[in-house]
Amino acid sequence: MCETCGCGDPDIVPVEVQERILSDNDAQATHNREHFEAAGVLAVNLMGSPGSGKTALLEATARAVGDTLRLGAVSGDLATDRDADRLSTAGIESQSITTGSACHLDARLVHHALHHALHHAAWKDCDIFFIENVGNLVCPAIYDLGQKANVVALSVTEGEDKPLKYPVMFRKADLVLLTKVDLLPHLDFDLGALEDALAHVMPEPRLLQVSGRTGQGLDAWLHWLEARRPTRRSSHSSIHGHDRDHHAP
Amino acid sequence: MHEYSIVASLIDRVEREASVHGATRVNRLHVAIGELSGVERELLQTAFETFRERSICRGAELSIRWVAACWTCSDCAQELDPEAVLRCRLCGRPAKLRCGDEIVLERIEMEAPDV
Repeated sequence: MCETCGCGDPDIVPVEVQERILSDNDAQATHNREHFEAAGVLAVNLMGSPGSGKTALLEATARAVGDTLRLGAVSGDLATDRDADRLSTAGIESQSITTGSACHLDARLVHHALHHALHHAAWKDCDIFFIENVGNLVCPAIYDLGQKANVVALSVTEGEDKPLKYPVMFRKADLVLLTKVDLLPHLDFDLGALEDALAHVMPEPRLLQVSGRTGQGLDAWLHWLEARRPTRRSSHSSIHGHDRDHHAP
Repeated sequence: MHEYSIVASLIDRVEREASVHGATRVNRLHVAIGELSGVERELLQTAFETFRERSICRGAELSIRWVAACWTCSDCAQELDPEAVLRCRLCGRPAKLRCGDEIVLERIEMEAPDV
């Protein structure tokens, strides 16, 4: 008997679910997170607008770490392998995830990349694994990928009010990187206005100023990453053998 | 336009539930969408109306409960004013989102003669 709308139709039954619509993605993300944690890899979901400098930041990061850390990445792009090619040239083990018309990465796409595209690229041996999301300040914020931390790149040319316009993205950020700060002398960028905007959308705003071009701020960025790296690496295969038959959720 | 992939997940979930209950038809879905969920109500409706036709949700209605964002102090539970800086004005601690990020399937009304 339908008791919800009072229509009295004896065949209509209300079934309580009370479950996140993206619960399948959440389960897949949890699975990915187990992979990263078991391998002792720090996974970072790097998001930001198209042109905010995500790829350039990773190139600069690779230059800054040199041989001290091994970096890996997947780059989500609607079309082309250009970002992954640039990262490979910079010395980062990388692979494209070409999404076609999809405006974001989801946990299943990342999982597929870990198992297939990157299976022989030894991502498990990376110290830090960057998931360079599709350039977009809206959709990527909604999907957990299994990362340890969310980082949002915001370039100085985008304006101080972006956090107020895209609160969902910035609320999820563990760190905001203000990129291309070498351009500040040429702009009327108001750093105080940015800090105020962040304080309205992030309970604990963290902001670092960086320039991939000059290297400014990279020390602080590397320190932030280092502080989040797992201290001990366990045996990944003991948790989940990638060479065995594998059934993702 | 992630609303389309959210609707795809929603319909998958409803089809599983309908199968479990032996439903012959789904009449209405009730979902809760938060102000800070990143989901746009009208786009969600449009996406649902596009995708429902090829599923058990054909002809079903989507009822959306909109949930406003509510921030409270993580320590003293003081409610923050809308548009305020996300710090407690009494104790200065960071705020916590109490509600407003929901993307939840709450209830399905279905025709299930065996239930």
